[in-house]
Amino acid sequence: MPKRRIPILAKVVGVVIGIYILIRFVIQPPLPFSLVFMYMSLTVVGVLVYVSIYDDVWNEFTLPIEEFFRGRSDRGAVWQGVRLIVLAMIPLFIGWGVYNKVKPSYNPPAEQRVVHPAPPFEVAGLNNPLRQRPEKYQDYIKLGSKIYFQNCFYCHGDRFDGEGHFAHGFNLPPANFMDAGTIAQLQESFVFWRVSTGGPGLPAESTPWNSAMPKWEDMLNTEERWAVVMYLYEQTGWKPRTWQ
Amino acid sequence: MRYRKGAITLLALIGVALALPAMAAPEEAYRTFLGYDSRIAIWIIAELHLMFGAFVLGVPIFAVTIEIIGWKTKDPRYDKLAYEFTQLLSGAFGFTATLGGLLAFSLFGLYPKFMDYLSGVFHDVMYIYALLFFVESITLYLYYYLWHKMAKQKGLHILLGILLNVCGTVIMMVANSWASFMMSPVGIAKDTNQFIGSAWQAMNNPLWHPLNLHRFLGNVAFGGFVCGAYAAIRYLGAKTQEERAHYDWMGYIGNFCAVCGLIPLPFAGYYLGREVYSNSAVMGNNMMGGAFSWTFIIQAILIGGLFIGSNYYLWIGMHRIPGSERYTKYIKFIDIIIILCFAVWLTPHNLPLSAEEQISVGGQYHPTLKYLGLMSGKNAVVNFIILSTFLSFLLYRRANLGEGIPFSKQGAKSRWILLGIAAGLILILGSYSNYLFHLNPAALDLPADKAKYFKLPAILLLVQITAMLVAVAMTFMNRGKIGQMLYLGITIIDITFVLGVYGYIVMAVANPFLRNVAVTQWMTMMSSLVLVTTLDVFLFKGAPQVGEMTWGKMPSRSQYTLIFLCVFIVMLIGLMGFIRSGLRENWHIYGVMQDTSPGSWTPDNALMAKVVSACGLIFLSAVSFLFWLTSAAEKKAHKPDEGPAAHPKAAPPAHEKTARSRS
Ligand code: HEC
Repeated sequence: MPKRRIPILAKVVGVVIGIYILIRFVIQPPLPFSLVFMYMSLTVVGVLVYVSIYDDVWNEFTLPIEEFFRGRSDRGAVWQGVRLIVLAMIPLFIGWGVYNKVKPSYNPPAEQRVVHPAPPFEVAGLNNPLRQRPEKYQDYIKLGSKIYFQNCFYCHGDRFDGEGHFAHGFNLPPANFMDAGTIAQLQESFVFWRVSTGGPGLPAESTPWNSAMPKWEDMLNTEERWAVVMYLYEQTGWKPRTWQ
Repeated sequence: MRYRKGAITLLALIGVALALPAMAAPEEAYRTFLGYDSRIAIWIIAELHLMFGAFVLGVPIFAVTIEIIGWKTKDPRYDKLAYEFTQLLSGAFGFTATLGGLLAFSLFGLYPKFMDYLSGVFHDVMYIYALLFFVESITLYLYYYLWHKMAKQKGLHILLGILLNVCGTVIMMVANSWASFMMSPVGIAKDTNQFIGSAWQAMNNPLWHPLNLHRFLGNVAFGGFVCGAYAAIRYLGAKTQEERAHYDWMGYIGNFCAVCGLIPLPFAGYYLGREVYSNSAVMGNNMMGGAFSWTFIIQAILIGGLFIGSNYYLWIGMHRIPGSERYTKYIKFIDIIIILCFAVWLTPHNLPLSAEEQISVGGQYHPTLKYLGLMSGKNAVVNFIILSTFLSFLLYRRANLGEGIPFSKQGAKSRWILLGIAAGLILILGSYSNYLFHLNPAALDLPADKAKYFKLPAILLLVQITAMLVAVAMTFMNRGKIGQMLYLGITIIDITFVLGVYGYIVMAVANPFLRNVAVTQWMTMMSSLVLVTTLDVFLFKGAPQVGEMTWGKMPSRSQYTLIFLCVFIVMLIGLMGFIRSGLRENWHIYGVMQDTSPGSWTPDNALMAKVVSACGLIFLSAVSFLFWLTSAAEKKAHKPDEGPAAHPKAAPPAHEKTARSRS
């Protein structure tokens, strides 16, 4: 007796649903819609590629779909009933999609916020003047420490991890300087620019959420701002990024 | 005749355009294009000129290669194919020149002040450019029209073809120097912004060679895919089995050439990107993390489509090959690997999020998936994708072949060639390993204690060398197939898994060194391509065919894939053109001459998508028209003297010979 095989169409549907469950529910915190959409499209492409390489597999795959849409008079009432229901659901489904699309919503559209935008032209060339005077390094670090604990740690935390007292009150959480994705991958001039101009200095591509980061150039002088930047690197152990 | 007249008018046109700098009136900085936005006009004209240019520069590279193969193998079918490629060229060349003339006219007309500056820098070079164009067109027409007349002097004819390629490449390089000067100008007086350098200095700017390399490879890929689509359309419309067999073969060759260009392209892109960064961190930031970061996601999707599409086409191509059943079980795995790798490649570091998602993810970056978005992960999967594509080719190549002559019986020549190639590879890998061992951290602006991080890649290169020696030794002992798989396997483990993960550590602690890790990965990968291909040639030397290749029996979805690939590469080139040019933002010449016209703002992605799609549509329509002309002319020319009977062997060659062309 020939072994009963699972039909290809069923396998395909199984694989796609399995991956959907994995992506949608297993990975935590939940992935944003844009990624789920991307991964699912790739899955569907991969599966379709696989079933359409060989003619026999392809025919076996498409046959039930074709029969479903064409209809077959030799099938029983259940098959016919299911077919009608599914066919009726297609326009309903599209209608539901349209409804969702035009329904007014208060959510801002999905945006890709640019975390590290291009700084203004003049900023790129800046060098930290305090590094020209290595003999006063310890003094500057001391100054930086003072500035940090007077001004920054409420938000960025005393362990530089973005977990200060106020941190959870803000959307756009304060930057975590211990993470490899913040000052570790930035040039000193860039960090200086961010400290100087804060949230208000961010260009449009870094919206839609407004950053609570204050504009420190109104409150601290140039030396104090460079000193706190130097202090951040000193404390976290990162080296400012340089471009060869 | 028609073409020759056309060419002369066009050259005249270009001459006039180049004489225009003298006529430009620099008092007026900007004009409008018949009352419309001049920036969009320039954008479309330049993009179309570039698309045609890419085609006209890419196709001769492989037309001549195929002609040489035909000459060496004395197989007339290769010659016929090379001629057919050249036929497509001659029409497209006219379009390229017209568009070039139009572009020059519009630039001088619409941006007189800027062009005054640019021609002040480059005017000497512009005359050389015109001269080169002249030489190029003469060589092209000689090459094309004397094809049959010079059948007896094939060597000389091929020389013409090579000259054509040299001219084309130099022309491209000259034009590239203008574009790259606008991005990374040199020789500028700091206070006055006046140009004080020499024309050569301006040409030899930091982005010139990266751009040359990137465009050269891109053109090959572009030409290949466009020709593939031509073949596909002819295949679908073919009336006879013989025609179908021919166009099936042509499509295959087109796709093959395109993939050859595509494989090194990601690295050329990495190199260009790196240089953009080094040249201006602002521009670099803008490119990868700023306003242009979305466009790179679109780019990743398009490139993904190209790789998946060409693999798919190859896999369907297994239909042609009796004996391929032995290898079908592997395809599933390659498919899964490629899809997984693309999932990583597509994952952006910085996610597009809605407000709710932003809160549930807890910031802009997903805590676990953010790693997939970083450069190190991308480098790892790109290498893996390329190796998998290569594996597809390998399976395709051997699908039809039985056992080859044992290596020990192949004579001294084979042995020396193999040893020579292996020695060359070992020398290259070894010297880079040596370089890494002795690399001074200060050269990368790193403190001295970071030198320990340079060790692992250097050691891995030594591992590769050992593996290579083992693989070669095994080949000498007639165990070459295992040796091949051993080397390929070690390469994959090494560059994807070991260095891929190591890259994250490097990014965190010694970021500038990541570039050297990427170079290590790339060199290892290339060594694998070269060694495994060489071994394959020897392993299957004199191997009997399991059966005759059956060209012309492909299902139509394979041909639609070729058309899809063509559309994708056209969109890709349009997109990349936008990025390259857009990166300058509101500068004509970056940091030197500001664009103060109303159209100086950087287009958003919606406008970009519209304009690029429009360019793609116009290009594809124009090319379809040209191809239609070519085939109509061909039918007319062939009817009276040579019917199908005149070509008793018009079917493409059997697998044996295509295998040779691939090696
Ligand atoms: C009111 C809370 C608050 C205070 C006080 C504050 N910051 Fe911030 N900071 C933020 C927030 C929120 C962000 C993240 C959003 C953004 O990038 O603007 C941020 C971002 C940054 C960044 C950018 C990191 C990156 O990866 O781009 C730097 C640098 C920074 N802060 C330094 C400082 C320094 C130095 C101080 C003290 C002088 C300080 N901040 C005080 C809230 C604050």
